[in-house]
Amino acid sequence: MSRALITSGPAGSAVHLPAVDMSTSIGDFETPMPVFTASGCAAAGKELDQFFDITHIGGIVTKSVMMNARSGRATPRMAETPSGMLNSIGLQGPGIDAFIDHDLAWLRQRGARTVVSIAGGSVEEYGKLAAKLRNVDGISAIEVNISCPNVEDRGQVFACDPNSAAQVIQAVKRNSDTKVPIIAKLSPDVTNIVTIAQAVERAGADAVAVINTTLGMVIDLETMRPALAGITGGLSGPAIRPMAVRCVWQIHQALPNLPILGMGGIRNGEDALQFILAGASAVSVGTVTFHDPSAPMRVQDELEVALALRGFTTLREAIGYAHRGPDVPEIAEEQE
Amino acid sequence: MAPLQLTGQVLDVRRAGMYTVLSLTAPGLAERTKPGHFLNIGIGGEESGLLLRRAFAIYQVQSRGVYGGSVDIVVGVHGKGTQWLADRRRHDNLSIVGPLGKPFTLPKDPANCILVGGGYGTAPLFMLADQLRERGCRVDVVAGAATEEKLFGTLEIKRAASTLTVTTEDGSMGVQGRVTDVLDDVITKTKADVIYACGPMGMLAAVANVAAARGVYSQCSVEESMACGIGVCMTCVLPVIGDDGVTRMVRSCVEGPVFRGDQVRWSDVGTVPVDTLGAPTGGH
Repeated sequence: MSRALITSGPAGSAVHLPAVDMSTSIGDFETPMPVFTASGCAAAGKELDQFFDITHIGGIVTKSVMMNARSGRATPRMAETPSGMLNSIGLQGPGIDAFIDHDLAWLRQRGARTVVSIAGGSVEEYGKLAAKLRNVDGISAIEVNISCPNVEDRGQVFACDPNSAAQVIQAVKRNSDTKVPIIAKLSPDVTNIVTIAQAVERAGADAVAVINTTLGMVIDLETMRPALAGITGGLSGPAIRPMAVRCVWQIHQALPNLPILGMGGIRNGEDALQFILAGASAVSVGTVTFHDPSAPMRVQDELEVALALRGFTTLREAIGYAHRGPDVPEIAEEQE
Repeated sequence: MAPLQLTGQVLDVRRAGMYTVLSLTAPGLAERTKPGHFLNIGIGGEESGLLLRRAFAIYQVQSRGVYGGSVDIVVGVHGKGTQWLADRRRHDNLSIVGPLGKPFTLPKDPANCILVGGGYGTAPLFMLADQLRERGCRVDVVAGAATEEKLFGTLEIKRAASTLTVTTEDGSMGVQGRVTDVLDDVITKTKADVIYACGPMGMLAAVANVAAARGVYSQCSVEESMACGIGVCMTCVLPVIGDDGVTRMVRSCVEGPVFRGDQVRWSDVGTVPVDTLGAPTGGH
């Protein structure tokens, strides 16, 4: 690659930096670029493609799809909060068959790398979704959204219990194409996120996506009732970034060989770099896309500059760098 | 045509009753804008704690001029974000995305059209009135608000209309009452074929009902709170009956904001009707 980066230095002077090799991998999924959209913040890519070329970023992580079409919840579904927002959409979607026929077909034809996010109400549903996606072309990886209530376990969220989380991942793994990496998306709403990461890794997850939204609530002072029709909602945006970086750090420290797709409040390239240094192999840009529809592309460009400014020539050298002391730079270099 | 994402500079800020009209440079926007389109604006600059953009109906556009094109919006202050916008000064920069949404559909042949605006819901009706008249349509306007100061642009819109009927709930201007108190009469007098409406949801529901009762085709531009405005967040949904007769929760930002009055399930807005495609089947 003979690209050169140009960024602006003090007083607007141009600074020429060597290009950074941004390639990375999430399990067996090799990608030339490390920035992805986040599930639920990009629909299935088509809308964002009006603002930037979606084939130029790492890829599109689609909105979690279930077996059947879903209307989602009533409105209000959203409340703005300091440096963030709450959402309670209720997984509105077309169902897996229509998703494969329309959304996935479009992404494939468009040439975008695609991570399909699936969600279920039972272990069986997750397995069926994985089976539906087997032998379907154009899937780089499957992200398993386990932050759903288990209808067979009094609505207990799969992601909050190591056994339920592991059962879901096993079901997906058993039913899916062995070549397609499985990414388990973890909830921060647990006592010890490392326990869940260990459970899904043992169950066969090739990577983890860290973190999903954290549960929050707003009371509307005019009505003096919950602001959201769903009462509680998922908090996202820069407000949760330190929590997300902490989760990435803890998991990378405990499981240095488990690839992490890091996310939670990434707003610019320097935010993304924090996740990489904490141990993420790639990142997703979510809520900030609502603020800036070209954010995934911008963050990726800014991340490259942020890496170059710190002397990195490859993104891979920066993964987990924050864990390594200056006198022992080799420690994490021998990872498989 | 794809929407633009650009940085616009404030050219002018003026007060109009209780509203603020902002003129912004926006090269390329005018050529893409049709009546009923909206745009959204980032609040508070790059490091703002208010992440969500605010949506505004496009009031006026100029394609030429020293600034290479500009756009006007009408801001009503409802909270911190809109207050910040109303406080902008000349030369401030703003992040603009637009034009967005599905605009009003114009009749192919000359028709008698009534334009109904509630509060500053009149904003997108100016451009609409001009384009309807260019097509040889008759345009009559009904503008209503709670009080006189909540009306927007009534003097100005009079120029584009054959008649203007104003209603205020407190009687401070025009007929005391609501737009629907006079609409029936206006329909009769003008032999209306089409009603276009923009304003609060309650008004739109009432207008759509009157239109349906009189057998007049109606198009309503809805106001739903949005996070993204571009179709990815799924927050601005409402129950709408499709051409196939099936009710779906549809996004007002991309499938609207303009809907056929007879396709929105007005009394069910804010809920998911049980016969909606994919509605919860109990147990949830």
